[in-house]
Amino acid sequence: MSKDMTGAEMVIEALADQGVEHLFGYPGGAVLPIYDALFHQKKVQHILVRHEQGAVHAAEGYARSTGKVGCVLVTSGPGATNAVTGLTDALCDSVPLVVITGQVPTHLIGNDAFQECDTVGITRPCTKHNYLVKNIADLPRVLHEAFHIAKSGRPGPVVVDIPKDVQFATGAYSRPKDFQHKGYRPRLKGDLDRIKAAIELMQHAKRPLFYTGGGVVNSGPEASHLLRELVKLTRFPITSTLMGLGAYPSSDPQWLGMLGMHGTYEANLAMHDCDLMICIGARFDDRITGRLDAFSPDSKKVHVDIDPASINKNVKVDIPIVGDCAHVLEDMVRLWRASAAQPAKRSLDAWWQQIEKWRARKSLSYRNSNEIIKPQYAIQRLYELTKDRDAYITTEVGQHQMWAAQFYRFEEPNRWMTSGGLGTMGYGLPASVGVQLAHPNSLVIDIAGEASVLMTMQEMSTAVQYELPIKIFIINNQYMGMVRQWQELLHGGRYAHSYTEALPDFVKLADAYHAVGIRCERPGDLDGAIREMIDVKKPVIFDCVVDPNENCFPMIPSGRAHNEMLLSDATISIEDAITEEGKVMV
Amino acid sequence: MANGSSTSHYPAATIIQQIETHTLSVLVDNEPGVLARVIGLFSGRGYNIDSLTVSETEHEKHLSRITVVTSGTPMVIEQIKNQLERLVPVHRVVDMTIAGPHIERELAMVKVRGKGEHRMEALRLADAFRARVIDASTESFVFEITGASEKIESFVALMIPLGLVEVSRTGIVAIGRGPEGM
Repeated sequence: MSKDMTGAEMVIEALADQGVEHLFGYPGGAVLPIYDALFHQKKVQHILVRHEQGAVHAAEGYARSTGKVGCVLVTSGPGATNAVTGLTDALCDSVPLVVITGQVPTHLIGNDAFQECDTVGITRPCTKHNYLVKNIADLPRVLHEAFHIAKSGRPGPVVVDIPKDVQFATGAYSRPKDFQHKGYRPRLKGDLDRIKAAIELMQHAKRPLFYTGGGVVNSGPEASHLLRELVKLTRFPITSTLMGLGAYPSSDPQWLGMLGMHGTYEANLAMHDCDLMICIGARFDDRITGRLDAFSPDSKKVHVDIDPASINKNVKVDIPIVGDCAHVLEDMVRLWRASAAQPAKRSLDAWWQQIEKWRARKSLSYRNSNEIIKPQYAIQRLYELTKDRDAYITTEVGQHQMWAAQFYRFEEPNRWMTSGGLGTMGYGLPASVGVQLAHPNSLVIDIAGEASVLMTMQEMSTAVQYELPIKIFIINNQYMGMVRQWQELLHGGRYAHSYTEALPDFVKLADAYHAVGIRCERPGDLDGAIREMIDVKKPVIFDCVVDPNENCFPMIPSGRAHNEMLLSDATISIEDAITEEGKVMV
Repeated sequence: MANGSSTSHYPAATIIQQIETHTLSVLVDNEPGVLARVIGLFSGRGYNIDSLTVSETEHEKHLSRITVVTSGTPMVIEQIKNQLERLVPVHRVVDMTIAGPHIERELAMVKVRGKGEHRMEALRLADAFRARVIDASTESFVFEITGASEKIESFVALMIPLGLVEVSRTGIVAIGRGPEGM
């Protein structure tokens, strides 16, 4: 059944047909017909942000915490260009978004009209796909195709640019059934022969390791479930990238912690020394591999990824498997169970003993203080006081992000929203707005840095307007901490422009936004202050004043291999670790 | 940590591998912006384009065939193919260089200006290269020549002393030998 309606009405109708409940947006001249269509209906709720970048990050948080497609509506010109950072962020981290942009009327395109920009040209490299819809007849198909492309295969952002005259034009709308794209058909099932070959390697490996990533989370809860099953069945150790945290429970003894530049000692050394690496839904990013020619030199590598372009891009692998993580994991679990030749349990014991020695060094150790709050301690306490609650964590980018990844322990997927690939400062606050909207009764915390959070602070106003009780937990060290750390370690301590000399009073700032401000400066007051933050049913800005000079360890310096990590001076020495291990063994 | 490579937080470039040249045939939907997507991919990711031709080849299906000659390490060539296949309007990518025997051809139009003996010599060489005269005036010829790129290179080089004015070339098109399509 097709119905006649305007292009603007089609947009809303298609969103509703796609099950969209929330649309993050900001009005402007070139999208006024769509806003008018929004005014006349109740199916789609519009969330008015304060900046278009905030709209896209909010939609990202919404998408990543629910597995649904996040939706954004912005105007032409500056509306579209302000969305570019968010689009690039979503592309890097494979977040499904549909972003609708207004455009000047078709007869003015190319005329340098008011608020005109080449939106499809600008967003072509930062979207999975984009469209300029010049004909009303194409609009229904394009809108539904956009959702299909955004969420299928390796997810990503899709832009639909709609000129104002097309929004006013009338055409026939119907919801397409059984959508099949003529060229675009991502492969879901992995090649069975290769999966068998991988299982064969897994049965004979002496030092195997699972290295998993955001692809497992993107594949859906079933993938995490199957991963847990496979890891338990095999008894192999498992580590994950920043993006993959939560897919495997961090409370499990087989979990080695995050790997990479600020990953744990045991995870990185296991990566370096393993003889079989099973990479599932991760992409051998430069934060993970360090020096490529010294990357895990003695291992066979299996790589499962839905995106063929991620395979053999940085690291040559022995068994590439193109497919969706859940599908491939299902086959792996089935084949592992079916295989007669289960490896003798003992064969992994030597490997686990080695790993326990590395683990005994306690590479996340830091020297705590009674005088000043250490950032690691702040996040540890935040974790301890919120772990039994239904909590979602977002972050900004920098030291606090790495400490959050190290010290906040995730048990479930979709609970951790961070800007991994692009590293976008200012991601966390608007992302928490989107997460809170999707989970109104959950505890949503943005673990923030004082520098990052100022980049998108205006979205506090959005949180207050929609009564979203987000908690902005600022690890305030007055520096762009990660920049300061690199300047200390690599540029002779010349802290060029990494110190913020005129920070706002965050408590007063919260007050100005009609939110609640809390400041905590002493370790002894921290638990009480965190409890107070949790109990407040309003948005909170928590100014946690921490040691300005703390560095984030462990750390793989650039150009180094996994086994050349820099460790904190609080780390237990190799000799003592071995002794401690000896004690444990006895 | 004083050495140069460790003052950046990116890993240093790894050892340079052998550079290879490959000819790729890419079947795409003939829709607005498709060429921009392909070219943008090459420029955005720092790949080389040695030659590029594009034209609609199946009108009723709105399909265009792009032939692109590119060079890079084997890993980069592999990446280029995978990245191209990832584009939504791309239907198929075939690496002609490894797919089997194939033919590559180019067409050039070559304008030569001259009188007397130079003019006669240009005509004789054109005949030897099986180039056709497609335009003539009392002091000029335009030759049409088809063939492998090297043949066109040699012909153009010979025309320089005889009064070469300008050359217009299509770039390489390629097709596989035998009965099968791409």
